[in-house]
Amino acid sequence: MSEAAMVMGRSAETSKAVQYTRAFVGLFLRDLYVLRRELFPFAIRICMNPLLFLFVFTFVMPHMSGGAAMNPTAAMAGTSFSTVLLPGLMAVAIMFSGIAAVALPLAQEFGVTREIDDRVMCPLPVAAVAIEKICFSALQSMIAAAIVFPLAYYVPSTPVVAHVTSWPFLMLVLVLASLTSGALGLTIGTSVKPQQIGLIFGVVVMPITFLGCVYYPWAQLDKIRWLQRGVLVNPIVYMSEGLRAALTPTLQHMSPILIVSMLTFFLVLLTWLGVKGFMRRVIG
Amino acid sequence: MIVEIEGLQKIYDGKQRVVAVDGIDLTVREGELYGLLGPNGAGKTTTISICTTRALPTSGRVRIAGVDVVAAPAIARKGIGVVPQYNTLDRACTIYENIHFHCLYFGFSRTEAKQRTEQLLAQFHLTERAGAYPSQLSGGLAQRVQIARAIAHRPKVLFLDEPSAGLDPQSRIAMWDAVRGLRQEGITVVLTTHYMEEADELCDRVAIIDHGKILVEDTPAALKASIGAQRVYQLDLRDRSKCYEAVEVLKKLSGVNEAETTDKGVRIFAQGTDGLLSEIVQAANPYGLRDLTINETSLETVFIRLTGRDLRE
Repeated sequence: MSEAAMVMGRSAETSKAVQYTRAFVGLFLRDLYVLRRELFPFAIRICMNPLLFLFVFTFVMPHMSGGAAMNPTAAMAGTSFSTVLLPGLMAVAIMFSGIAAVALPLAQEFGVTREIDDRVMCPLPVAAVAIEKICFSALQSMIAAAIVFPLAYYVPSTPVVAHVTSWPFLMLVLVLASLTSGALGLTIGTSVKPQQIGLIFGVVVMPITFLGCVYYPWAQLDKIRWLQRGVLVNPIVYMSEGLRAALTPTLQHMSPILIVSMLTFFLVLLTWLGVKGFMRRVIG
Repeated sequence: MIVEIEGLQKIYDGKQRVVAVDGIDLTVREGELYGLLGPNGAGKTTTISICTTRALPTSGRVRIAGVDVVAAPAIARKGIGVVPQYNTLDRACTIYENIHFHCLYFGFSRTEAKQRTEQLLAQFHLTERAGAYPSQLSGGLAQRVQIARAIAHRPKVLFLDEPSAGLDPQSRIAMWDAVRGLRQEGITVVLTTHYMEEADELCDRVAIIDHGKILVEDTPAALKASIGAQRVYQLDLRDRSKCYEAVEVLKKLSGVNEAETTDKGVRIFAQGTDGLLSEIVQAANPYGLRDLTINETSLETVFIRLTGRDLRE
């Protein structure tokens, strides 16, 4: 190849990269813009679940006479339930955002409006349109997780014992968990028929939440071995355990290396499935 | 050639094997207004979907401005504008934002995007509705916004899929004007339609397509001249058993070029000779003439001649 041809080839590569990046940024800006306009519904969506949960279980119940008997984890040695709940509720917030930001809108776009057909006409690879959805959902997940903090500080009647030993580890877990939940939303949104999207709350969201070590640490399941093994296929387990390891290390938690590798594994798997499903749905 | 389609085939393998596009070859010149005319299910939309990278062909090749749409879809999309059959406007954004963000997706700077958006809103008489949301628009207006948005990034080719489907006659004429206006900008337009008036009125060249194949391709005038008749008379006869006999009788009338049997009776291709109508009626009466329709030569009569069917059947 002559030098001129090489230079031209290189500049074509650069201009392609610039074209893709600009389209990606454009899509992200559009999502950000729309989110900013719908800030109020967004705030309600992300606050309601953790707020009510904390209110009922860590404020109302302890105030009841005999509240200790009703407190589901009163027996958990030396730790208040609110401390168990903090990382768990953050994991739920992250996961809910993935569903609400990707799966539900996608179901609508595939089924009713077909707006997606226009997004697919943007000058970047179709897979990148799907990846953009994951990234934007991750941003919402992180905001949703951050909101749990002040709520957990002010609402419970017993103080939360949180202590961050390693900020980089916390950030890593937060980012991995948020991206994984976006990828989960993409996989659900592209694999479920639009008419059946209402069902996923019963079939997917509820089971993975309740069996996601959200309301109890994984180590405490040791009395029920089959369940302790079974929940390992649930990505939410690694989100809540990861946040537990990063935020409330006083509680028992899984090994950080295991958590990070499993989150990475689920991120890759779900992104692959989601992108594949997305391509199948938009390209005839 | 700005659009080059070679041996295009699309087969949907499923419970039922459907050959949607069956070996289409066509080329469109730069600046041309090209029409794909055919009944519903002829393969027009599939062809357009493949050209616009939204479907993959089973075999064959499509190049838009020299870029292969299968090998480099993301690059090809820069040169393509699309207006699909259904409304794909971003429901969460206003008209202004729809066009503005479209410009950003295609790499415009914010200032450029603002300028281009304002210019397009003015060009398509949308400035007053700039702040409206897509759900507040009538079909005709939404269609105009879609066209404005599709050409915002200055594509080389604009694909319009059934642009007048669902539009009232007035909006249709406004849409035609908008499309004609595009040629001043040098944009090549490829449209599909099953309205022959639309193809006749708008297009420089028309391909008539049926069952995934191109039957004929030429200018509307040449296509109409090709069937060698100015009018088509369709006769409904009560006595079907005698259709063949009727054809023989009618063929002998002066001015009749050809006659053939149909499901309902007889079809005659004829010159516009004076007094032919009453002669036809007289000759057909003994066979129980129930009804008679006359079509001036149009692309529809070309289609009838080629397929023996009505375009709307």
